[in-house]
Amino acid sequence: MMDAAMTTRGAAVVIVGGGVTGLSAGWWLARAGVDVLVLDKGIVGWEASGRNGGGATHVYSPFGLEEQRLWPQMDELLGYPTEHQAFRIGVALSEAQLALARRWAEIGEARGFRWEPLDRRQVKELVPIVGDNAIGGTYLHFGGHANPQRTVQAYAWALQDHGGRILQHTAVTGLQQRGGRVTAVETTRGTFGADAVVIAAGPQTGFFADMLGVSLPLAPARVEMIATEPIPLMGVGGVAGNGLYGRQTLRGNLVYGGGPHEWINVPDMATPEHRNTPLVRNLARRLAELFPGAAHVRMIRAWSGLVENTPDGLPVVDRLSDPDNVVIATMSSVGFGLSPASGRAIAELVQHGRCSFADLRALALGRFAHTPIDWRERAGWIATRSEVEMAAGGDG
Amino acid sequence: MPAIDRRSIAGKAPRAERHVPLVVVGAGAAGVAAAIEAARSGVETMLIDEHPVDNDMMAMDVPLCFGQRMHAAVRNRALMLERVVETNPALASAYEAGVDVQLGTYVWAAFVGGPTVQELPGPMLGLADERRSWLVSYDRLIVAAGTRDVLLGFAGWERAGTLGAGGAAALLTRYRALSARRLLVIGSGALGLHTAALALDHGIEVAGVVELGERMRGDAAAASALAARGVPLFTGHTIRAARGRVGEIESVVLAAVDAEGRPIAGRDREIACDAVCLAVGLVPSVELLHLVGARLRFDGSRGGWVPELDDWMRTSVPTVYAAGDCTGVADRMLGAPEIAGEQGRVAGLAAAESLGALTRREAVQRRGAPAVVAAAQTASADPFAYWQAWLRSLVAAGGWDVNVCQCEEVTRRELVETKPPRYLKWQSPQMDARTLATLLNDGPLNQDQIKRLTRAGMGPCQSRRCREQVGLLLAQAAGTSIEHIPLPTFRPPVRPLPLNVLWPADEPSAMREDWVSWFGIPTQFSPHWEPGMVLDEPTAHTRLIVSDE
Repeated sequence: MMDAAMTTRGAAVVIVGGGVTGLSAGWWLARAGVDVLVLDKGIVGWEASGRNGGGATHVYSPFGLEEQRLWPQMDELLGYPTEHQAFRIGVALSEAQLALARRWAEIGEARGFRWEPLDRRQVKELVPIVGDNAIGGTYLHFGGHANPQRTVQAYAWALQDHGGRILQHTAVTGLQQRGGRVTAVETTRGTFGADAVVIAAGPQTGFFADMLGVSLPLAPARVEMIATEPIPLMGVGGVAGNGLYGRQTLRGNLVYGGGPHEWINVPDMATPEHRNTPLVRNLARRLAELFPGAAHVRMIRAWSGLVENTPDGLPVVDRLSDPDNVVIATMSSVGFGLSPASGRAIAELVQHGRCSFADLRALALGRFAHTPIDWRERAGWIATRSEVEMAAGGDG
Repeated sequence: MPAIDRRSIAGKAPRAERHVPLVVVGAGAAGVAAAIEAARSGVETMLIDEHPVDNDMMAMDVPLCFGQRMHAAVRNRALMLERVVETNPALASAYEAGVDVQLGTYVWAAFVGGPTVQELPGPMLGLADERRSWLVSYDRLIVAAGTRDVLLGFAGWERAGTLGAGGAAALLTRYRALSARRLLVIGSGALGLHTAALALDHGIEVAGVVELGERMRGDAAAASALAARGVPLFTGHTIRAARGRVGEIESVVLAAVDAEGRPIAGRDREIACDAVCLAVGLVPSVELLHLVGARLRFDGSRGGWVPELDDWMRTSVPTVYAAGDCTGVADRMLGAPEIAGEQGRVAGLAAAESLGALTRREAVQRRGAPAVVAAAQTASADPFAYWQAWLRSLVAAGGWDVNVCQCEEVTRRELVETKPPRYLKWQSPQMDARTLATLLNDGPLNQDQIKRLTRAGMGPCQSRRCREQVGLLLAQAAGTSIEHIPLPTFRPPVRPLPLNVLWPADEPSAMREDWVSWFGIPTQFSPHWEPGMVLDEPTAHTRLIVSDE
């Protein structure tokens, strides 16, 4: 055992999971001069971190203010492009949608951000592909979005520029403990010694927590997105509504997701599939309703991603008491936009045991101490068709 | 009664508009034979073919590279439908056998269940015509999707008039609508020689057949026959550039090359032509096979990624079969539709047997000697080495600043230097220090990863025009072989279709009522300073189980 550990160079901090949260944490640590190693089972940002809508408007969160403060600086801080764009427009096709858009804006207002209501004419002026079915909207002078694929790579590269290391195609298989601490991380490519460990492994986070005797209730689910061919750039690309999240990319593609998720229970989350379903048609319909002026535009891609949720949908970002050198982080399906702030918080937890800029009490693991073991069944957060049925009805 | 999360897909599974025991995709020789054999065995069979594809699709070089050289007649759908039927006499037998033939119908997706897709009631295909889309479920699927064109770029290849051999053949034979007078054929293998002869047969002048190597690659007799018909044969040449007035090809400059394929200075010659047909090779169309999860393996001698098949043309997915050129491209199958037809017949019999319409004994009896199928699988000379040699000479003649991806305007240089797209106007010393080499330090070459960074292959043609050259350029730059690069994924829709075609005309009411942009977990977006305050979308159904209390 010790031989293996000595043949592979460990690090002061080993991060399990090269998703956007782990990469950001690694980058903040490397910036602070900490010797950091990120391990990923595949390619960095390959799962939900690189497959999401890119939204960066989460002012409701304890990380919200820091998210808003950091995003405009990220290109410069990282040294690589994230395609961050500021501001968001909400488009409503019904009174209920308008109320929701306004509520979202008011939460920002409560944090000191500015917004304006828009009438139909104003919405159509700002977003020419909106139709007469729109009743109004909101213009948020805060929030924004970025390109997830470019951003995850930017974190990874910037982390390396600060001396951090990344090992891709390296799956974690075990965590060695001694004296109330995790001392090494076992992988398919050897064992790596560690003074501290961050577990930020998306849907697999619960599996690794389990190895430490820590129960973290998580339910994985599959969600889908679609992308169109490029259309002329609009003044503000961050336009959403009609039950869709997403953006117009700087290339001009409309990239949107939303709608029903599929709860899944895959025993092996290490090699997930990324299949789409006929839901892409329903997404096409909602997008064409939101933008009647783009109804003729072609869909050229679709994809799916796997995300995990905690029972209350809020993140867990917590430093364990036993073993006491481990930080557990799951963003509960809302990780990309918050990553500049969540990574910084994780880095502070590792280094100082506390976060200087946000109150993380609401994100503590302890809140699930009494979560019943069958919580997924009771909430209905499970696949309703068994795998046996599926095999019979499916294609084997 | 277990709880159901009404915001999830549970209970909203899509229903297919129709169920068909057997669907055959592709009405070429293999698909028609498969459909006829199955229908004659008593299996209700649907045969789908996308031709005639509409003009807008053709203009995007989908599914083949038509190079903007379609005659205006392709806008006349009725006329094109007539021609597609008329030029495919085997279809008449399919109709007679009782096959439900659907022409002008795209298969834009195959949806199947799996560990992460449990709510789908069964495998189904996404179909569409130019007006609407619909779903058809099946018990068995035979994919006979044929091939795609392999394109290799040169300076000026964005101009109208750059065709692929498949696109040219379709316009010549199926649509009879090739709008070109003088065609220059690139590549002198069986495909190039066949294409040149086909053009001559249809009254198109052939400005020449261009071969990189010192001698013609294909059958000597076929090459002599072309020469006898007055076709100049340019061996030892590569393409320097295509020229002409804005957006059009009016001539092509050829450069003589040395034994290494490098242009020799002062030995250029300009050939007048209004179309260039890249006939260096074809690759199997495996998009649908990939989507159904059939195991594919790389076999360079047969055009790259091909499905693993048993003796009865069955893929690794027990309900899915494949036949014809999509199972592998072999020179000897060119102009020999009976080979593909035989494969199709075997697949049709196997599907019929697996559906209980035939006994194994009947299937074996009707199949006859299995020799033909095996013979078809003999390899051709390594096409990837040939494409790589061509690409090297094209780079040597045209430089690194030629677009490799037309849709996204990514040059060869930007691709192999893995630069972010030009429209970001990004400059930083950190980015300058990043190259393909630094990326390779972190892990093996992955075409999908580089696609995300450079955008090569992200456009509306869905990487049909650049997939192979991107792979070859990256492999060369990385000092590896293309067979070691994982298959770049295919994603639905595998045909670029408008939103208002793909959308469903009606949806279950639950789909509309319970639709939320994200999970609909009541506390997920609660302001943290008002814990427990519910910010939720209009219909709240999701139950929250945090604790027993």
